[in-house]
Amino acid sequence: MNLYDYLYYIILPILSISVLIIFIRFLIGPTLSDRVISLDLLLTTGIGIIAVYSIHTNQPTFLDIAMILALIAFLSTVAFAYYLEKRERND
Amino acid sequence: MTEITIFILSSLGTLFILLAAIGVVKMPDLYLRISVTTKAATLGIGLILVAAAFYFNDSSITARVLAIILFMLLTAPVGAHMIGRASYFTGVKMWKKSILDDLEGQYDPKTHKLSSEDQKSLKKDSHNPEE
Repeated sequence: MNLYDYLYYIILPILSISVLIIFIRFLIGPTLSDRVISLDLLLTTGIGIIAVYSIHTNQPTFLDIAMILALIAFLSTVAFAYYLEKRERND
Repeated sequence: MTEITIFILSSLGTLFILLAAIGVVKMPDLYLRISVTTKAATLGIGLILVAAAFYFNDSSITARVLAIILFMLLTAPVGAHMIGRASYFTGVKMWKKSILDDLEGQYDPKTHKLSSEDQKSLKKDSHNPEE
């Protein structure tokens, strides 16, 4: 089994299954904070999928997109936390 | 040799991400979920990115990968702390089997300022000088 088959038939399906499992928590999460956490984890898993896909297609340009996705994940978490706290203070 | 390294690194990274995904569903409490997300997912992503750096074997791509890993290591604890603090203020309950809540009564609910035990006892002493 060479590297490309291993990445395509084992690593990428496991990562996709983990995305589905995280999405269960995104759907059933009792509070808004649970959904923010699972969204952060979804974006983080997306970075991993992009890295594996860039190995599989032999195109390192995709790693730039991974960097931007990491930025967006951090910014969204911070913004959600800021406005959650602000909303609670205004009530 | 490089191929074996990529096999091992990508397998370990995927295993950690799968464990983080299972933990985020199975954990009973928001704060335990935050701890799972921060540690396991960051380690898994780091291992997969190091595998990509080994595969391309180019200094510019290695620098890019190191930048992503450093950024993830810097921002994951900060984001986890911010969302944990915000959800503590919005009244997310802890697990009912949790034993200790060190922050109970330490935060001012209006101003969100943290006051320690020593400051409280000092204030109490200044109010009641007889004791």
